[in-house]
Amino acid sequence: MKIAVCVKQVPDSWAEKKMINGLLDRAGVDAVLNDLDEYAIEEALRIVEPLNEGSETPTHTITLISMGPDRATEAIRKGLSMGAHDATLISDSALAGSDALATSKVLAETIKSGGYDLVFCGTESTDARMSVIPAMLAERLGWAQLTFAGVVKVDVSGNKVEIDRMTDAGVESMSANLPAVISVIEKINEPRYPSFKGIMASKKKTINTKSLSDVGVSASEVGLATAWSVVDDAAARPPREKGEKVEDAGNGGDKLAEFILEKRIV
Amino acid sequence: MSNVLILVDHASGNISKTAGELAAFGKRIGGVTALVLAEPGSGAVIADQLKTFEIEKILIAESAEFAIHGIPAIADAVASVLASHSPKALLISTSARGKEIAARVAVKSNSGLITDAIDLSENLIATQSIFGGSFNVHSHVKTGTPIITIRPSAIDFTATSSNPTIENVTVEISDVAKLVSINNMQPAVKGGRPELTEAKIVVSGGRGTNGDFSRVESFADSLGAAVGASRAATDAGWYPHTHQVGQTGKTVSPQLYVACGISGAIQHRAGMQTSKTIIAVNKDPEAPIFDLADLGIVGDLFAVLPQAEAAINAKKHG
Ligand SMILES: Cc1cc2nc3c(=O)[nH]c(=O)nc-3n(C[C@H](O)[C@H](O)[C@H](O)COP(=O)(O)OP(=O)(O)OC[C@H]3O[C@@H](n4cnc5c(N)ncnc54)[C@H](O)[C@@H]3O)c2cc1C
Ligand SMILES: Cc1cc2nc3c(=O)[nH]c(=O)nc-3n(C[C@H](O)[C@H](O)[C@H](O)COP(=O)(O)OP(=O)(O)OC[C@H]3O[C@@H](n4cnc5c(N)ncnc54)[C@H](O)[C@@H]3O)c2cc1C
Repeated sequence: MKIAVCVKQVPDSWAEKKMINGLLDRAGVDAVLNDLDEYAIEEALRIVEPLNEGSETPTHTITLISMGPDRATEAIRKGLSMGAHDATLISDSALAGSDALATSKVLAETIKSGGYDLVFCGTESTDARMSVIPAMLAERLGWAQLTFAGVVKVDVSGNKVEIDRMTDAGVESMSANLPAVISVIEKINEPRYPSFKGIMASKKKTINTKSLSDVGVSASEVGLATAWSVVDDAAARPPREKGEKVEDAGNGGDKLAEFILEKRIV
Repeated sequence: MSNVLILVDHASGNISKTAGELAAFGKRIGGVTALVLAEPGSGAVIADQLKTFEIEKILIAESAEFAIHGIPAIADAVASVLASHSPKALLISTSARGKEIAARVAVKSNSGLITDAIDLSENLIATQSIFGGSFNVHSHVKTGTPIITIRPSAIDFTATSSNPTIENVTVEISDVAKLVSINNMQPAVKGGRPELTEAKIVVSGGRGTNGDFSRVESFADSLGAAVGASRAATDAGWYPHTHQVGQTGKTVSPQLYVACGISGAIQHRAGMQTSKTIIAVNKDPEAPIFDLADLGIVGDLFAVLPQAEAAINAKKHG
């Protein structure tokens, strides 16, 4: 079993964000591994660990794949210290400002040459929150799309996978043959903290940094200049104005009702 | 003639209210063509419900494959209609499913995609509210047919009546779209209250409820509101996770948001700060939620909410 996990480095969700010329200023904020991608790594680990039990060198492996700036290696290290085996980082100045179509193209081309049985993703990144990359990957690769998974069951010998897709619409039980693209929701598991041993081991693991041409995509196909969609402008929303604050002196509820009725919302 | 294609969302034979919203946005851009993808024999019933919106044409494609294979099969059908009808834009409502259909159609048709727009101008400039509502971004698609998913409740529209032409179309579902089988579907149980992300009013409870949501719920019911919760409340198991508002929960922008016993952590604000009007009820005068509230009541929610509810009910019945 060969698994790829797509991981994105995102700005720390606590950090104050800035926009420069319609793009997120990624250099100016602390960057971390996208929350949900840890759940994807954890789920992949739970599949390969029992399979590798007892063998000296693991034959069932997890490769992290990330598209991002050179400093994305920080986020990748965290995934390696959880137990992923190696990583590929596609980093190229031509990729700055890529939209979802470009990102999915670069990731799909990278995955194609890897001989993977499964690709795991998070369901969404905490910065752009589009929840579209996994579906785009399945479409580009021509693989089964098993997304928003709250439960994943892989039948290795049968070459099959089953998931429960959990969304607001309800729960759908779905199945497909491998290869497949799976995205996971946070309900699926509890990601482990990297152990001291894991952190030490991660320092010896390989991160292959590739350029666009290494993965067979030309710069003219992706990046800001040829983006499918473009940002015209971005502006901080003016802060909300502080309203009236009243101490409840026994009539707080009446005041509340009065305010609502005056606004004629009901 | 310029036309805009909208994908009609429906479940159990009933259209979603987002269909009317998409039609209202579509009308800004051109004549609206509505696409109904349905089980064999059920398209006409759905099409009939669309006559309260300003729609020029309804396309019905029926196939049993939609329910069996889900999103990839639906995307195949949408992409083939996109190719044969060359609309100016494709509008889909934002949801897990809507965004994934849009994603696949974008790849198939080599078109740009903008997700979760809160506004759309006649020249197809989309407005997105990002980073928990702290920024507004304007963007547009420059390659292919603009595919835009629109956040529910982003527009208020009035029902009219129209007399659209109805056309049945056949669609080809490819083998790749049949790789996945849906073996069982358990629809989410809907309570009597409005859908959280679609509601006009949301009343939320936090740790301050101390596990007792009865006051929050009955106040919400007096307003016909949806009920939300902070993560402290959902993590404690006091309220279902599906009702969590915030960065790792739902994003809501109702006309009115009432936060009860919620401190106003940045991750909670991320899900509600674009609400039109915000009211906070909190015991602690220093609670950060008061910084964004149009009205703040410093008090015990167990006293304030029942009194407010009684006053609202008295007004309604009086
Ligand atoms: C605020 C904001 C709004 C944006 N709006 C749009 C828009 O409307 N249209 C558009 O085309 N682009 C948009 N972009 C650009 C887009 O976010 C990027 O192209 C991004 O890489 C893909 O979207 P996402 O992060 O939302 O991915 P999602 O689809 O939310 O990510 C799901 C999963 O895909 C994987 N993944 C995503 N990105 C990467 C990566 N770079 N490397 C490895 N794995 C990855 C991860 O497993 C992740 O958990 C926007 C960017 C920002 C910051
Ligand atoms: C990565 C991450 C993601 C997160 N995502 C979310 C998210 O999506 N949504 C979310 O909500 N949180 C989220 N959080 C958690 C967030 O940081 C806060 O911990 C949480 O919002 C606190 O919930 P609370 O306001 O109900 O509780 P508290 O902060 O404990 O506040 C309770 C408030 O109730 C008041 N109170 C107590 N008793 C009464 C009473 N009888 N009457 C009136 N007021 C009373 C108190 O004065 C206090 O202000 C996230 C955190 C992290 C780290």
